[in-house]
Amino acid sequence: MSSGVAIDLENVWIKFGDFVAVREANVNINGGDFFSFLGPSGCGKTTILRAISGFLEPSDGRILIGGADMAGIGPNKRPTALIFQNLALFPLMKVWENIAFSMEVAGASAAERRKRADELLDMIALDGQGDKLPSELSGGQKQRVAIARALCANPDVLLLDEPLSALDLKLRQHMRTELREIRRRVGITFIYITHDQGEALTMSDTVAVMKSGVIDQIDTGHNIYDHPSTPFVASFVGENNLFRGKIKQISGNEAVISTRRSGDLLAQITPSQVGKLSVGNEAMLFIRPEALELSDSKATGKTSISANVVNQEFEGNSFSVFLEGDGGKQIKMSVPNLGQDNIAAAGENLSLRYDAANAVVMPVGELASE
Amino acid sequence: MKKKMIFSEFFKNNGVVMGSLLMGLVGFWLVFLIVLPQLSMLDYSFRFNLPPAEQGGPKDVYTLSNYQQLIYGSDTTRQTYNTVDLMVFVRTIIAAMAVTIFNIFLCYPLAYFLGQSKGSGFVRLLVVLLIIPYWINEILRAFALRIIFGDSGLLNEALMLLHLTREPIDFIRQDIALYAGLGYAYILLMLFPMYNVIESLDRNQIEAARDMGASWLRIHRRIVIPHAKPGIASGATMVFMLSAGALAAPQILGGPSSLWFTQLVYQWFNDSLNWQQGAAYAIVLLASTIIIVLTVMKAFKVNMGDIGK
Ligand SMILES: Nc1ncnc2c1ncn2[C@@H]1O[C@H](COP(=O)(O)OP(=O)(O)OP(=O)(O)O)[C@@H](O)[C@H]1O
Ligand SMILES: [Mg+2]
Repeated sequence: MSSGVAIDLENVWIKFGDFVAVREANVNINGGDFFSFLGPSGCGKTTILRAISGFLEPSDGRILIGGADMAGIGPNKRPTALIFQNLALFPLMKVWENIAFSMEVAGASAAERRKRADELLDMIALDGQGDKLPSELSGGQKQRVAIARALCANPDVLLLDEPLSALDLKLRQHMRTELREIRRRVGITFIYITHDQGEALTMSDTVAVMKSGVIDQIDTGHNIYDHPSTPFVASFVGENNLFRGKIKQISGNEAVISTRRSGDLLAQITPSQVGKLSVGNEAMLFIRPEALELSDSKATGKTSISANVVNQEFEGNSFSVFLEGDGGKQIKMSVPNLGQDNIAAAGENLSLRYDAANAVVMPVGELASE
Repeated sequence: MKKKMIFSEFFKNNGVVMGSLLMGLVGFWLVFLIVLPQLSMLDYSFRFNLPPAEQGGPKDVYTLSNYQQLIYGSDTTRQTYNTVDLMVFVRTIIAAMAVTIFNIFLCYPLAYFLGQSKGSGFVRLLVVLLIIPYWINEILRAFALRIIFGDSGLLNEALMLLHLTREPIDFIRQDIALYAGLGYAYILLMLFPMYNVIESLDRNQIEAARDMGASWLRIHRRIVIPHAKPGIASGATMVFMLSAGALAAPQILGGPSSLWFTQLVYQWFNDSLNWQQGAAYAIVLLASTIIIVLTVMKAFKVNMGDIGK
């Protein structure tokens, strides 16, 4: 069983004419990792994956697979297998022929191919379905066949381009678990592309968040969620409440910013910006809906907010309460459903509080569009 | 059951009046322009060529003599075969097949190139450039080719200028001009169906195969050609049928000693004024080409339904 091979992108630029699709990407992926590229549509995720698999050469910079420079090495010579965004199964070949296509290319006999295909079909829980055509399978089954076809060549790295995007929610969640299980069994490096942050956070060891060709942050899913390093990451990954203001005071890794409507607020400076901010700078502060809670006392401190309720929505496991915030934006608070009938009535003035450790402040930057 | 659904759907979409009108037109077209003329030809082919006075008279009975003429000639004892006409028939069929195969090999790379370099302006320009010569009348095109292939034509002049040949080559007598003309006459009917199917092939399938190490040859053999098969089949059917039934190109570009079977048909109709005999020859040609097309389609496992796509 292979243990996976490391992949490094060193200062990679990819241009289509004048258009820069990927700008200065520096990524180190450990062997055996589940690594995700997360970003909105058109940010260059597929482009990066095509460069890793060898379908296009970077305009500048190097791509190393297992320490070896891949410049000039074609997709067929790289130890990678790519699963396409639309799967690209061969519709006129039977399922087992699809799976064993890489062996057919290598000249294996039909009996050998069939045997290996049946083993892989077993692994993806589709035993006995080898003689069907891809069109006779369900979406999730096709998905698994595409994975089996990629694994058949025993690649060191599996590249997956949004393979679950075509599936419905239930199946997508099921396939997430299954992908993780398959990865555990084969132990190779997975590079996964998605614009679904839930997918990236649940499955990956490491996530790279991209915005129009630029990688904003590379970190564990946990850190990406708790300590976003740019406003884009903070607003793209999960839900977040934004407060804008000027920095009033800095002490160590904490800062106070003064906002127009919510007063002075205390928060941690995002790790990459500690020591780089100064008093008087414009800044953005983010607090997650679930980090806000109802406060018993009247809001006075630097970790409390007082605002009027606009409305409330029942979500099942929680209530979402929307309050008046700055600049027409609403503040969202999420309150766990513990059997309450109701949290607050529209128009009521609420006092909220949060822990400074759960709020993060950073320089002003671009936000993810909603 | 399914048919009924299609019809009711059709009427719902077009309204009863418009729907009936459209159906009526299609029916008229089928019956009066396709079925009836062919049926009357079939009827002709089984009758004697009688002077008008005797038509409908006691002598006007069905006969196989017109078909016997093709096989045995005027020898009523059936001792010798009509080798001249039969050879023309066989040569026509084989030459039409050769033209078809040649067109397949010529068009496939072109169709692949056009189909896979999706919609770029250059490709659209190329397609237009391919179509423009076909605005010119078929007969005019054939004569133009005759000039090019003539003794002092462009091709011979060029060859002699390059010292590739000292004497002009007689392209006409060698039938090279004929094959070139036939190939050229219907090449777009091969190119466009192929281009259409290849354009609909998902590029990712080719890249997936490449990712798995497949050579170009294997990619074409296992992925592109199977996908393009219906297009190749419909192109090949049209080119074969039309080449075998062509008249203008053989008349204008054929050598003096080589006849095309359609020219025999034409002679019976036009020179001998024996429509019954001409009809029998034409029916033989039609039936043979249909049988050949169906046999080849079966051999290559192509369904009739796929061709219509
Ligand atoms: N061959 C190409 N020529 C020119 N521009 C291209 C080409 N391929 C991609 N692009 C551009 O590069 C950008 C990134 O494309 P890419 O396919 O990598 O996006 P993506 O992140 O995979 O998006 P999605 O989530 O929608 O698949 C897009 O703006 C796209 O228009
Ligand atoms: Mg993509």
